[in-house]
Amino acid sequence: MSIIDNINKVFDHRIRLGIMSVLMVNEYADFKTLKELLDVTDGNLASHTKALETAEYIKVEKQFIGRKPNTRYSTTKLGETEFKKHIEALEKLINKT
Amino acid sequence: MESKDYLKDISEIKNMMHKSSRFISLSGLSGILAGIYALVGAIIAHRIILDINAIEHPIKGFFAAFDAISTLFGIAVLVVLLSIVTGIFLTVRKAKKNNARVWDGSSKRLVINFLIPIITGGLFCLVLIDQQLFGLIAPATLIFYGLGCINASKYTLGDIRYLGLINVVLGLISTQFVGYGLYFWAFGFGIMHIIYGTVMYFKYDTDRK
Repeated sequence: MSIIDNINKVFDHRIRLGIMSVLMVNEYADFKTLKELLDVTDGNLASHTKALETAEYIKVEKQFIGRKPNTRYSTTKLGETEFKKHIEALEKLINKT
Repeated sequence: MESKDYLKDISEIKNMMHKSSRFISLSGLSGILAGIYALVGAIIAHRIILDINAIEHPIKGFFAAFDAISTLFGIAVLVVLLSIVTGIFLTVRKAKKNNARVWDGSSKRLVINFLIPIITGGLFCLVLIDQQLFGLIAPATLIFYGLGCINASKYTLGDIRYLGLINVVLGLISTQFVGYGLYFWAFGFGIMHIIYGTVMYFKYDTDRK
């Protein structure tokens, strides 16, 4: 089995890595916070969160704060394990070369 | 696929984890100023206490001491207020310079976790005053302030942890030297803050433009 196996295609993008990193160390983060931290546009962020959501690596909760809609994200157990595997694979790759 | 890209990925991950969970705009300069305020306050308080001790007449001395308590208390409140105002002002300025937000999730978490031991300590000191255990007030303030710093260290630049540990140790030592609280205060809140602020200033505020 090659170490490339653990490199997860779903994470192979700077913004998705960013989203996962933020969610790994925070219980949850809302759309606005993610947008500001990662410095991306609404559409861009939405498409990447959608991809992570489809893979079931993150959970999306929609709620209302007062009258404003608020979308917040958190990692799933699966997302956490996959992300850890991905980072380990990255580290191994770096150490190999 | 190049390994350089992966290295960049890893550092990006680290950076995001750090930035999203910790409030990094705390100003080092405000630590130095808080230390200076504390030292000045301690020197003035020391003078007042010396003056009272110089009064030989026992009854006059008693009333002078009674009057001095509110003055000393006023000095303490002034030092704390000045430190807080300076801290907020300089931190807001630093955050603006770094294009960071001041009042967001990370700063809220920092303030809340710092305040939990501080408020506990404050209430505990009120109990000490009520029980007339005045000698334990200085140790208690140092210990609870230190615990506040240690608790806050998880939510900001980690160096504040050492300031906290030193203050806790100082507080514990000062329990054995009741009556010398003012010197421990001057050292813990004054000198240690100046050292801490200076280290922070040169470590984070000067080279990170």
